[in-house]
Amino acid sequence: MTTEKNKIEISGLDLYYGKFHALQSVSMPVQKNLITALIGPSGCGKSTLLRCLNRMNDLISGVKVTGKVLLDQSDIYSPTFEVTELRKRVGMVFQRPNPFPLSIYDNVVYGLKVAGMNNRKKMEEIAEKSLMGAWLWDNVKDKLHHSALELPLDQQQRLCVARLLAIEPEVILMDEPCSALDPIATMKIEELMLELKKNYTIVIVTHNMQQAARVSDFTGYMLLGKMIEFNVTKDIFTRPKEKLTEEYISGKYG
Amino acid sequence: MKSLSEKGVRRILMAVAFSAISALLLITLFIINEGVPFIFKYGVGNFLFSSDWHPQQMKFGIFPMITASLWVTFGAMLLGAPLGVAVALFLSEYVPRPIMRIIKPTIELLAAIPSVVYGFIGVIVLAPLIRNYLGGPGLSLLSGSIILGIMILPTVISISIDSILAVPQSYREGSLALGATTWQTINMVTVKASKSGIIASIILGLGRAIGETMAVIMVAGNSVNMPHSALDSVRTLTANIALEMSYATGLHRQALFATGVVLFVGIIILNSIASIALRKRMVKG
Repeated sequence: MTTEKNKIEISGLDLYYGKFHALQSVSMPVQKNLITALIGPSGCGKSTLLRCLNRMNDLISGVKVTGKVLLDQSDIYSPTFEVTELRKRVGMVFQRPNPFPLSIYDNVVYGLKVAGMNNRKKMEEIAEKSLMGAWLWDNVKDKLHHSALELPLDQQQRLCVARLLAIEPEVILMDEPCSALDPIATMKIEELMLELKKNYTIVIVTHNMQQAARVSDFTGYMLLGKMIEFNVTKDIFTRPKEKLTEEYISGKYG
Repeated sequence: MKSLSEKGVRRILMAVAFSAISALLLITLFIINEGVPFIFKYGVGNFLFSSDWHPQQMKFGIFPMITASLWVTFGAMLLGAPLGVAVALFLSEYVPRPIMRIIKPTIELLAAIPSVVYGFIGVIVLAPLIRNYLGGPGLSLLSGSIILGIMILPTVISISIDSILAVPQSYREGSLALGATTWQTINMVTVKASKSGIIASIILGLGRAIGETMAVIMVAGNSVNMPHSALDSVRTLTANIALEMSYATGLHRQALFATGVVLFVGIIILNSIASIALRKRMVKG
């Protein structure tokens, strides 16, 4: 784990929801062009940790964060770091597919419009490329101007991925991206993730341990707001160092 | 025994419900029965598009009143709709929810202020201001528009907020996560997703403005004139009925009922558009 390859470095991160201490001194590296998975029982803070990485927790009132999150060595919680800029570099796919109630095309180019682009031809090119990147182009190329809400759930989720690819983020955060999908759709998203990691750094939260084992390179196991163990995925699942991790992996807990 | 009392309750409720519905139906039929024959006897064109309103000489042209009603309402919308929607967006997107939950019912309470009180404030405060600073009699189309614009605010704000709050939080999160600012999110997602509800709120406000009587009688001046400027004294359709009904007889009385029919049809059309827009929102989820 050499430092220069770390896309993101979390160190001594504490987060409070009011008085509730939700993350307790969490430290973790995220390496470039690899998939890092966060696992743990419900309420352990894995989604909260993920949402610290693009500062989505800012939206919740009463949240206080201390500690450091470095993105390419610069602290995203420093007052000079522009949060809209951060979110363009660190994109997010949510638990439930959340395409906007706009056309498929308008969904894909949304981030571009937000960033101030108005070159129609360029936007069309990027839209096509992004939809291809999310393996959705063949499904939607004839109905780009239909409402995105007409698509089946798994295609909606891939549209949300395409929407991200359009603005070419450096990191993609995925918050249980398959929990609303059936096994076949889940498999497709997992394959897509493996393809995407060639160009992107991915952090995924999942409560599906098989999923973490299948797709991730590194895994962090969290419990009650603490990072219990962080290691190469294979080691976490075959020879965990911590007893707590072993109990969870073997199904004795949660 | 039990089924007997069940049946009894059902019958009583049915009787009450039917009497309420039939009262509404009877009023509608009565107005139509009194007004519609007059319209055809006097001539639709003469009635709607002539500017002569001289009941003593049997001249019943309501065109100045229609014009006045439309202008006063238009002015009220010009003021009330943007203001109301802006307040709704501010309260729902920028103000913390707990504070919004206190302010919203307070605004809704404004709808409970009797219209005569709004009119009173218009006469005492607004009309002198307009007379002194802009000229004219003060009691005018402009003062009517301003008072009505304020009166429709609770309707516009309350229904707009409801439809904006119905927009799923996940849309906002999705937009912010793509690097959009709060205003970009409002402008490009939230307003689009709640568009039909906002339009419905404006149309319902419009219906309220056209139908409002007391406040308008008090502040608009009531002379039967084609308005040439916003500072002219005008008489709306509603004011016309309210002012003359007490002494009208014969044809004059029928002409006032016919005025009511015109109003009635206008407001029914507006409310149907509003409910269609609202239903569209429901279906979209």
